[in-house]
Amino acid sequence: MAKTLGPVKRKFSPWTDPSAVPFIRFENITKRFGNFVAVDNLTLDIYEREFFSLLGPSGCGKTTLMRMLAGFEEPTEGRILLQGKDIRGVPPYRRPTNMMFQSYALFPHMTVEKNVAFGLEQDKLAKGEIAARVEEMLKLVKLEDFAKRKPNQLSGGQRQRVALARSLAKRPQVLLLDEPLGALDKKLREETQFELMDIQTNLGLTFLIVTHDQEEAMTVSDRIAVMDKGVIVQVATPAEIYEAPNSRYVADFIGDINILEGTVMATDSGLGAPGAIRIECDGIQVAVDQECQAATGDKVAFAVRPEKVRISPDQPADTSINAVHGEVWDIGYLGDFSVFIVKLDDGRVVRAAQANVSRLVDRPITFGDMVWLTWPLDAGLVLTR
Amino acid sequence: MAAVQDIDTQDKGGLGRLLVAGLPYLWLLLFFAAPFFIIFKISLSDTAIALPPYTPVFEGFGAIGDFFSQLDFENYIFLTDDPLYVTAYLSSLRIAAISTVLLLLIGYPIALAMARAPGSIRPTLVMMVILPFWTSFLIRVYAWIGILKPDGLLTLLLHGVGLLGPEEQVQIFRTDTAVFIGIVYSYLPFMVLPLYSALEKMDNTLLEAANDLGCPPLKAFWRITFPLSLPGVIAGSMICFIPITGEFVIPDLLGGADTLMIGKTLWTEFFGNRDWPLASAVAVVLLIFLVIPIMIFQNQQKKVA
Repeated sequence: MAKTLGPVKRKFSPWTDPSAVPFIRFENITKRFGNFVAVDNLTLDIYEREFFSLLGPSGCGKTTLMRMLAGFEEPTEGRILLQGKDIRGVPPYRRPTNMMFQSYALFPHMTVEKNVAFGLEQDKLAKGEIAARVEEMLKLVKLEDFAKRKPNQLSGGQRQRVALARSLAKRPQVLLLDEPLGALDKKLREETQFELMDIQTNLGLTFLIVTHDQEEAMTVSDRIAVMDKGVIVQVATPAEIYEAPNSRYVADFIGDINILEGTVMATDSGLGAPGAIRIECDGIQVAVDQECQAATGDKVAFAVRPEKVRISPDQPADTSINAVHGEVWDIGYLGDFSVFIVKLDDGRVVRAAQANVSRLVDRPITFGDMVWLTWPLDAGLVLTR
Repeated sequence: MAAVQDIDTQDKGGLGRLLVAGLPYLWLLLFFAAPFFIIFKISLSDTAIALPPYTPVFEGFGAIGDFFSQLDFENYIFLTDDPLYVTAYLSSLRIAAISTVLLLLIGYPIALAMARAPGSIRPTLVMMVILPFWTSFLIRVYAWIGILKPDGLLTLLLHGVGLLGPEEQVQIFRTDTAVFIGIVYSYLPFMVLPLYSALEKMDNTLLEAANDLGCPPLKAFWRITFPLSLPGVIAGSMICFIPITGEFVIPDLLGGADTLMIGKTLWTEFFGNRDWPLASAVAVVLLIFLVIPIMIFQNQQKKVA
């Protein structure tokens, strides 16, 4: 159940300011590997100090995009601008980006200290300065006591911290994180997500993170780009992505959602709110209060998040619209939430989530109960794509 | 009842394990320790013109007292007296050391290229490294005679491309150079394979990480690739250095009269002079010389593990 909409952060939205200059710009980037198109004519702006996520299933091109920024791959077409400068042909070791690798890629023959110092040594900094910076970094990731250990003497979480410290040590203009928390267990992952956000805010760096974990992207990001098959489907803040996905793909990828295919019967039908749309989904009449580009007769999808669906054994006053009737087929108990899987009379399934405010024993609805599901006008979404 | 059975099966397992663990030791005892003691025994004997051409000093357990009183180290003393042996030992070690360095210099790039090759062709490349073993070692060394001798293939080739005047001939055969060529050629697979197995295991993202942190590729090789391949370097060097020190066939066939190697000296003592005790002493001293690098090797392996 995706319920995190990202914590309240500083007011930060340079992407809404038309005069803001993007820090990183991917301009019509295409990357082909033989016949396979990994990234397809993609354009994307990322702003300074932004925590930006590339989210998508494996093989969607998100890692390739990041590797092109790091310099491990060159785009087949298009250009990448970093602070307005085309970085084509600049080798990875001269780019002001540092990467935290999915596998961490710690040097096994060097101690933690040496790993963190590696990048600084390349810059030919003075010994004392390197030592001071290493100490600062190890403190930042709370590994001061492990400086003399080798990577194989550390736990997964500690290794991940070393990798983070190493990639931050050079204070890169852009930190690239490739599935950074994939190998950690859930609890540690959540802790680390908040630490990452703290570090990013405190150091004032631009973070670009690649992940397939939508909760992770929602938690840490200022903005998320949802990718599919080499193209960006939607770029928006976590709340926008969750509440106003622009397509079936994004709606389905982020969180849990009920999707019913239907036809637009009428727009602005005077249901009370301007811009209301009426849709018929195979016998179910739904209405949505939303600005929509669809015209009468268009095939669209109606989508509603389970937590916005009310479940009740009692028949509502008006059953003609935004109301369905069915039998409780299954109940997923998630602790904080229960998800009721309701099978409608025609076999379709709609899910409703309810916060477990009272204890389990008091639950009034159980398996096999006939229930009514209803939702308000502003709960649903019309998806045209 | 169940407990008794448990103990029973455990016991059997213990015996089986003991047997499995014991087999290699039995093998070593039979085929290494026993022959070594025979050689050691001979080395402490006197030469005799007889069959076998030595006087046994140890017959039956009753003669243990006699045995100790008759122990004779004169062969070992003789080894230090005659500079020939010391020179031969040193020359062997020198040739083995130079050959090992040459093998490393040639083998490392080969192994690195193999490890970096696309995964699909790597088995073929490994196969190609092993392929020379399909032909007898002796024949391959003989083939080098055909190439290196003054009117051999190399001379013909150089005549052909005009690098050598029509009256000139390549003067490599029966020199140390020919020995080095033969050794490097013969031992190359033994150097390449351990290097390859060490390099192939290496995670390529380590180099990307080094690059990403500002380290150019050549420097990344010395900071990352080479240190991580050290177990392979040491294994390859030991596997080559140790047998090269005792090498007999290659210096005998390709080397000149002045190519002094202990393997050849040993052969001469044994078959030429029929001085078995002295030859045995030479062999024992050679073994002691070689135990040192083997122990360094073992130690290194333990550190890696």
